[in-house]
Amino acid sequence: MDDARTPTSSAWVDRFEAALAEPVASAATVGGDRLAALRRAGRTRFRDLGFPTRRVEAWKYTSLAELADTPHLPAPVGPDGDDGVSAPPVPPPVLGAIEGAAPAARLVLVNGRVDAALSSIGPLPDGVVAGSLAAALRDTPALVADRLGAAAAIDDGALIALNTAFFDDGVVVIVPPGVELAAPVELTLIGRAGEAPLAWHPRLILAVGAGSRVTVVEHHLGGGRYFSNLVTEVAVGAGARLGHYRVQAEAAAAAHVSTITARLERDAVYETLTLSGGARVARNEVRAVVAGTGAECRLYGAYLARGRQILDNTTVIDHAVPGTRSRQVFQGAIDDQARGVFQGKVVVRPDAQKTDGYQLNRALLLSERAEIDSKPELEIFADDVKCSHGATAGEIDDSQLFYLQSRGIGRDEARGLLTRAFLGEVIAEIEDERVRAALGDLVGAWMDRP
Amino acid sequence: MLEIKTLHASVDGKDILAGVDLTIGAGEVHAIMGPNGSGKSTLAHILAGRDGYEVTGGSVTFAGQDLLALEPEERAAAGLFLAFQYPVEIPGVSNSTFLKTALNAVRRQRGEPELDAMEFLKLIRARTRRLEMSDDMLRRAVNVGFSGGEKKRNEVLQMALLEPKLAVLDETDSGLDIDALKIVADGVNALRGPDHAFLVITHYQRLLTHIVPDHVHVLVRGRIVRSGGKELADELERNGYAEFGYDEAA
Repeated sequence: MDDARTPTSSAWVDRFEAALAEPVASAATVGGDRLAALRRAGRTRFRDLGFPTRRVEAWKYTSLAELADTPHLPAPVGPDGDDGVSAPPVPPPVLGAIEGAAPAARLVLVNGRVDAALSSIGPLPDGVVAGSLAAALRDTPALVADRLGAAAAIDDGALIALNTAFFDDGVVVIVPPGVELAAPVELTLIGRAGEAPLAWHPRLILAVGAGSRVTVVEHHLGGGRYFSNLVTEVAVGAGARLGHYRVQAEAAAAAHVSTITARLERDAVYETLTLSGGARVARNEVRAVVAGTGAECRLYGAYLARGRQILDNTTVIDHAVPGTRSRQVFQGAIDDQARGVFQGKVVVRPDAQKTDGYQLNRALLLSERAEIDSKPELEIFADDVKCSHGATAGEIDDSQLFYLQSRGIGRDEARGLLTRAFLGEVIAEIEDERVRAALGDLVGAWMDRP
Repeated sequence: MLEIKTLHASVDGKDILAGVDLTIGAGEVHAIMGPNGSGKSTLAHILAGRDGYEVTGGSVTFAGQDLLALEPEERAAAGLFLAFQYPVEIPGVSNSTFLKTALNAVRRQRGEPELDAMEFLKLIRARTRRLEMSDDMLRRAVNVGFSGGEKKRNEVLQMALLEPKLAVLDETDSGLDIDALKIVADGVNALRGPDHAFLVITHYQRLLTHIVPDHVHVLVRGRIVRSGGKELADELERNGYAEFGYDEAA
């Protein structure tokens, strides 16, 4: 009974693999023996685990079982429109409208693969790499091979294993020590599918060298039925700062699973926010190891769930050494029959004294049938730490609503204004004013969407 | 313009208003005075359309319409404005966004063209200067971190923008020092004119030396027990509400 899912997931893998233009093992030889072995292990691991169901503790509130029964195929390689489906138009960069925030590099991925014609990479400082992972594996394998799997171990879960087995492109952003990149790197990931379901498994590598500062912005969107299974390996070097801001606006029928694995060295700062509003079911998982004293990990999430959406934010922060900080704020507005999920685990290792951890999870329930499942989990093995968490779920405040209405603002518009403000509280946490402005505008546009 | 006829209302089954009759003509300034618990704020909230009050009898006609049948936002568009005793804080919504949204919502309902960002900015600058409000108060979230005086000035600013036919000021003087009181009163007096009537609800006579009413009414136990000219306010200041069966010291 417990294993009932495995044959289905195996069938999914068999079908997906059989449809690949080339067997994955040979396509991956450019990555060398190590990568080939990694892929084999990933495949085996995924066959063992299968798509997670709610019987798996880490997936207690979000099942991907329906994916196992969906006959996803790999996206065909070929020009847009070959299969009668055209890509949604490429949107402007997320920070494009903000003065002085034109991207230093913009990479556009269609169905998980970098489209060189749609991408543009400006002159970058010496040593900075921003480009296609497939190209890097082919042209400069030494630069990337060792980084693959460095942070995302296949033992960390089925979806990482699946991604490891099948990724055939993605993005590499490598910034050597001592570089301050003022302009952001923008990644636009477009899904292009029709009624026949497609799947892709892009791998992103974001590595910031000691003392460097970088902003990476991600925008996920698309049309049709697809499953995007993204894994991002983040390394933030000593004293470095990475701001990583993400917009999940996938197609309404899409499934989106993003797993970020991050490692922070001494005095590093990793700040990430994911704004989620798209997909039928989406999981945004961040697993961070705060591995250097003085490092700070800030994880933020704001989401707007409508219809029958399930939007899941799951975090695991591992305070591995003394004197580190983490701050998490996740807030979602949930309407109709949608469901929000927040699972936040904070681990403080035995010698990780003086850890300062803060976690807040709030949900605004906009309808009687909206639901939030919230599970904070603190595992504290050190005695001299400061860790707090809070979780609330509530409705629109009546007195605020009346105040706005009494000024002539209609009920729906007033509710929209208050919902936007609620999500804006998370966006206000971001240090970078440019990002705050752009994301605030996006939320406003989402609110106006029927 | 406003005609309240034998208005009865209750909260949680408890009768608060026991037959209020009040008529306010265009441009008139009326004051309602009364002890705590007399039903003053209930009357203000019912006029503005706040949930939680049950009207059990009587009627309210405003500018020819059945006021009680309108949503709060429709009442605002029809020209009714309530200055809150306790203005509500709205974190995450900047004051300028709030003001612009409100003004354009009302203009839309009144069939007037909406103002664009530049036109709004010009209008709001002129209004804030008169109220000695800083630009900072426009950038900050609505009423968040505002002092008592700043909140009340913000109420008057909203009033000045929406240009109501009738503004109900609910205990606008509470929590104000004398300087803030003067600024607020000046704001009200600047709007005073044939098109703008006021209903000033207050416990004390103090505000009425700055906003001089045409008519004063005494509300006790949910009923207007006496009406008169502005001299009635002075009398109440001297004698309190004792003659109406209220002992203020109790």
